[in-house]
Amino acid sequence: MHHILELLDRTASEHPRAVGFCDETASFTWEQTSRAVHGVGTALDALPGSVLHRPVGVYMERGTAALHAMLGVLAAGGFYTVLDTAQPPERVRAILDQLEPAALITDVAHAEVARALAGDTPVLDYQAAAATEANEARVAALRQAVIDTDLAYVLFTSGSTGLPKGVAITHRNVLAYSEWVVSTFGFSPDTVLGNQTPFYFSMSVTDLYGALRSGACLQVLPKRLFSFPVQLLEYLCARQVNTLYWVPSALGIVANWKALDYTAAPPLHTILFAGEVMPTAKLNYWRSHYPKARFANLYGPTETTDICAYYELDRDFRDDESLPIGRACENCGLLVLCGDRPAAPGEAGELCVRGSFVAAGYYRQPDKTAQRFVPNPVQTACPETLYRTGDLVQYNDRGELVYCGRLDNQIKHMGYRIEPGEIETAAFGQEKLDDCACVYDAARDKLVLFFQAKKDVTGELRARLAGRLPAYMQPAEYRRLRQMPHNANGKVDRKALAAML
Amino acid sequence: MHTIEEIIAMIEEVKPGLHPAPEEELVKSGKLDSVDIMSLVMALTGEFDIEITPLDLKEENFRTPQAILAMVQRLEEE
Repeated sequence: MHHILELLDRTASEHPRAVGFCDETASFTWEQTSRAVHGVGTALDALPGSVLHRPVGVYMERGTAALHAMLGVLAAGGFYTVLDTAQPPERVRAILDQLEPAALITDVAHAEVARALAGDTPVLDYQAAAATEANEARVAALRQAVIDTDLAYVLFTSGSTGLPKGVAITHRNVLAYSEWVVSTFGFSPDTVLGNQTPFYFSMSVTDLYGALRSGACLQVLPKRLFSFPVQLLEYLCARQVNTLYWVPSALGIVANWKALDYTAAPPLHTILFAGEVMPTAKLNYWRSHYPKARFANLYGPTETTDICAYYELDRDFRDDESLPIGRACENCGLLVLCGDRPAAPGEAGELCVRGSFVAAGYYRQPDKTAQRFVPNPVQTACPETLYRTGDLVQYNDRGELVYCGRLDNQIKHMGYRIEPGEIETAAFGQEKLDDCACVYDAARDKLVLFFQAKKDVTGELRARLAGRLPAYMQPAEYRRLRQMPHNANGKVDRKALAAML
Repeated sequence: MHTIEEIIAMIEEVKPGLHPAPEEELVKSGKLDSVDIMSLVMALTGEFDIEITPLDLKEENFRTPQAILAMVQRLEEE
């Protein structure tokens, strides 16, 4: 295989009448999906100037139409970037300035803003594009013009300097990654995935390409239901969702409200999570309701397509124990380095990744690419690229990798190296505590624990941590928030917390 | 008895810049996201003597300021 859409061809020919993509108001079989994708590809190709090997921005509501548009860009031989319509236009503009797209695709609701953002770039209306009669000969020719190391999409993550970084992912990356995820978790035409993550976030790649490869049904869940946990579960039941791959915060909403105690349980058999540390107390709530389900903790940055390591739960964990990130995915090599040398046994070091999931680099950012995508320092016989994750890890006694925090988050306090995650893990499990995050106030040399709880548990937390952590790891300050801030992907927003110090 | 102005003021506190009309749609329109709604729940239970259970936490009860007011009044009677 050399092109991601070969996965769609195969699924559409094997399961033409099976439902592929669904959202709240629309549902498409694989045959219909294939037709819409080829229609969009044909319409894009007819724009002045080819989009072959060029970027196209998708500025649309999250839903089935956006999925067709994304795949339609691939059908035209281009690569896509999904833009967040909820973001301020300035940030979208910063992305477009770097991307210099050949075209934008938009829907009726966003046409006006899209035209203002586009300037001289052609803007394609999705509805008209999807209804276009496909030129199959041309679509086939465009398919042949792409090889597996060509780009499939560029996914922008926030850079620490404020300039977004576009992670460039190839067809090869997605083919290798989707092969691993489908075989490891047994996705099949019987799988119904409940998609929580936005399409500009790397986790959605698992939902989309896992479905494309396996013939699973992809249910795009309405975002607003994540405010209403009981209704969210009812929706999962109604749509017969059996597989979740969510950020821990989204799973946490259900656990915080004990929503599974109030309604019929959705028919879930596989529950996967990634994107941030999963609080074990929340996970244990889910496990108590789904004792037979498969649970797995997935780990990886956008720069390794989505994931590079995983741990499938095979034992019980106490509420204050943290989960390992486990071992490498197939065709991923993991190295733990201290600078340029391998970490000694038991020593923490930076996790570095090699192999087929590693992205091509940062789009049009050679300097940033060179900082992170580096020659393998411990294998110099042949050129080989390593991606340095910036994450600290170490092996536990069982030979499983354990995440220890960000290299740049690491706190030096009273002469000790401290991982905020260790403090948070110790705090979780406290009764009535919904969420917490520890931030270092460098100006005052103090640890501050922000928390969200149903009542003020400052005293209980202080006592709990005093019993579990050394003196130098005790937060000096506890601050209860009405609501923990979250970024657009649903993860705890540590920058927003730091701004509150 | 609570007034619609109280509810609107609370929404404004949770989401500065938003000053909805009593019948303005808040949820489907995305004017209040899940973080805003959780903050609003905390504010409502903090200000008023009510308990919002998972069964009360549903879209119909948060659709408009008027719907929120109706929920608060119903919960206070219970």
